[in-house]
Amino acid sequence: MIAPLLSVEGLTKRFGALLVSDSVTFAVEERELHALIGPNGAGKTTLINQLSGTLPSDAGRILFADEDISHLPLEARVRRGLARSFQITSILPDYTVLENVALAIQARSGSSFRFFGRVGQERALNDEATAVLTRVGLVGRSTARAGTLSHGEKRLLELAIALACRPRLLLLDEPFAGLGQEESQASIALLKELKSDVAIVLVEHDMDAVFSLADRVSVLVNGRIIASGTPDTIRVDPLVRNAYLGDEELA
Amino acid sequence: MTGGTAAAANSSRAWRHPAVWLFAAFLALPIPAHFGANAYILSFATHAVALGLAALSLDLMLGIGALASFGHAAYLGIGAYSVAILSDMGHDDLLVQIPVAIAVASVFAGITGFVSLRASGVYYIMSTLAFGQMLYFLAQSLSAYGGDDGVTLAARSRLAGSHLLASDLGLYYVTLAALIAAYVLLDRIVGSRFGRVLGAVRQNPMRVRAVGLDPFRYRLLASILAGSLCAVAGVLLANQSEFVSPAFMTWQRSGELLVMVVLGGMGRLWGAVLGAICFLTLEEVLPGLTDNWKMVLGALLILAALGRGSRLSQLFKGVGR
Amino acid sequence: MSVSLLVVQILNGLQLGVLLFLIAAGLTLVFGVMDFINLAHGVQYMVGAYLAAMFVTWTGSYWLGLTLTLPVALAFGLLLEVLIFRRLYGRDHLDQMLATFGLILFLNQAVRFLWGSEPLGVAMPDILSGSIQVMDGLRYPVYRLALIVAGLVIALGLHLAINHTRIGMLIRAGSTHSDMVAALGVNIRRLFMVVFGFGAMLAGLAGALVAPILSVEPGMGDNLLILTFVVIVIGGIGSIRGAFIAALMVGLLDTLGRAFGPQLLRLAMSAAAANQTGRSLAPMLIYILMAVVLFVRPTGLFPVKK
Repeated sequence: MIAPLLSVEGLTKRFGALLVSDSVTFAVEERELHALIGPNGAGKTTLINQLSGTLPSDAGRILFADEDISHLPLEARVRRGLARSFQITSILPDYTVLENVALAIQARSGSSFRFFGRVGQERALNDEATAVLTRVGLVGRSTARAGTLSHGEKRLLELAIALACRPRLLLLDEPFAGLGQEESQASIALLKELKSDVAIVLVEHDMDAVFSLADRVSVLVNGRIIASGTPDTIRVDPLVRNAYLGDEELA
Repeated sequence: MTGGTAAAANSSRAWRHPAVWLFAAFLALPIPAHFGANAYILSFATHAVALGLAALSLDLMLGIGALASFGHAAYLGIGAYSVAILSDMGHDDLLVQIPVAIAVASVFAGITGFVSLRASGVYYIMSTLAFGQMLYFLAQSLSAYGGDDGVTLAARSRLAGSHLLASDLGLYYVTLAALIAAYVLLDRIVGSRFGRVLGAVRQNPMRVRAVGLDPFRYRLLASILAGSLCAVAGVLLANQSEFVSPAFMTWQRSGELLVMVVLGGMGRLWGAVLGAICFLTLEEVLPGLTDNWKMVLGALLILAALGRGSRLSQLFKGVGR
Repeated sequence: MSVSLLVVQILNGLQLGVLLFLIAAGLTLVFGVMDFINLAHGVQYMVGAYLAAMFVTWTGSYWLGLTLTLPVALAFGLLLEVLIFRRLYGRDHLDQMLATFGLILFLNQAVRFLWGSEPLGVAMPDILSGSIQVMDGLRYPVYRLALIVAGLVIALGLHLAINHTRIGMLIRAGSTHSDMVAALGVNIRRLFMVVFGFGAMLAGLAGALVAPILSVEPGMGDNLLILTFVVIVIGGIGSIRGAFIAALMVGLLDTLGRAFGPQLLRLAMSAAAANQTGRSLAPMLIYILMAVVLFVRPTGLFPVKK
């Protein structure tokens, strides 16, 4: 049996007396899109923060590509191929769109302790950044300052930066939040395309998106995974239907 | 707040123009000073250029890396005491003094940075201040070098065996050459891979971590680079004043360096140099107008901080953009 | 080293410690509650000393002078808050540093302008002058003892006020969750004013208390300010308890290090070397302590936030 790409065992997080992640256990296979759903306050973002290394865990283990990464900081996990996007857009507002993406490429290709070459003129970085921006459909805005982008464009840039890290597993925290109908559709199409070469853990409230994209779905309620399975089994799971007051969302 | 200067620096060369003007003015300055036979102007200009170099080095930390170090004058002290102590030991050549000053500054910046940079925000500011003060007291205890009173240098340093620095004009041009070299170096660094990471750390450290880079290392190296360049400024400043004392590294001096960088407009390098010139000119002119010039200066600083649009560089906003 | 010398130095250290605490208490709250870096806190201590010098001379009575100093120091703090500080809350730390640095320059020169550059002296109250027998062969000035006692009493009062009053509860909440305090409908501006004015008054009080034993002169607060920073960093920003413990640590370490450092080193090296090393090392001790504390606990001994 081949070990899964990501395997999480008994992951726990407390904020004071509050148990936010309650021994969470689940696994993500290579090239799987694994959706995490659950009501507000279920602890989805906390879990993403623990998986990515943004927040230390109180107990439990995270195995990524057969390596125990439980105690590695965020940046070390990214270098091993575990990249994330943020629910609240996190970009470099003073840099151009291209520079934002090129930084992520620079981070994994060669040393950043180079002091004399003009980084702006590094063809390899710029070309690859342009390719990533083309893929997400933001190439037309390459020279714009990131801070001046619209909300939807910033979400795309956030995704482009994560992709530019060339991850094996992508943690996406509500990538469609605040997007218009058209932008959402484009992003969903993009994720469908990405699925073929990168595993994804997707936190999302848009159930249409979740059920059209996910290979497997885990449902998080009060910090516990109450159900995990294919979209079809989750859709009819009584526990899940119960957790969501009014189950029309899942219909 | 620094409004895209790093991005502009990376992508365009045009913004350099103010720097070219500035340095051209410095190069030409001795000509009128010569005809006016005014040694005073030359001495003031040397002082200003040396402190301009100190402010420039601080801008790498503050303007590019958002590290508000309140202990930068310590490096002026390291440079100055390197001159005093090495000359006393018979090593009076800049080719010895500058490397030693840089080495000591690097070690001090490395150790204190290692501690301070783990802390953030107000803790960082206060701990840099305290480490600077620590060095100040160390200098004060050096009774062999005059303790609190300091020590007068027997002679200016030599340069590769020559007595170039013995003439005021020679010292001025050597100091100016150091400033221009440092400027060119930092300009390259800001536009390099390292500079891009450092600028990114200023804007959003979490984003830098999320692409797989550890902000700490870049901040630490920026601190070491800045400290080293400032130590060179200290070496030159000691030669200009021919006197070395703990007063080189008071925390008030560190505060003045910050003021210079902020007034000149952070993150554009030449702004720091301009800020130094303007601040020192103000310090030179105001006492002629009133005995209580420090009240005027203090009030000006308060107003500058309260009103955001008051930076000198705002005047040059259109230039090179 | 004799026991009586040790006791004297410990008392001196305590005296420096309580003085540092009085200044640090207000400053740590200003940092903690408002996230405001106030370099001008040292000059507020100086202003307190000058006010005391002026009022004691006017009234001819130390106690009357002290009583007048407190409300005026408070009013002065509030005036600064209204004119300058409140415009800088929530702004970049750099703007705050710049403005308060300017304020230092301004006030240091202003006292020179008003009272001259010559150090002023303040007469000690008769009842506290002279010295008393502390132990065999050891007399210690009464005023200095009174200073220590006064400092400890004020520390106790502060402790009670912070932990057992409504305003204290708000201040504590403000230094951990200022957003929440604002959300509860508390007038955060008024809370800030209270904290700031109170801090200024305590610093002024410290200045007034030491006026009889130190010379009152321009810039007297400048170096004390740095020591106060060390105290706050060690104690943890926003923590009164941390400020108290750190202030005593710094006061004792600095005093004892200077007094006994060279002697202790003589155990390990020659007398001449020990003297020079001890004299160099002693003033650095508190900074080394701070470095060690920061290294082990980057947010101080008693961190308040999170």
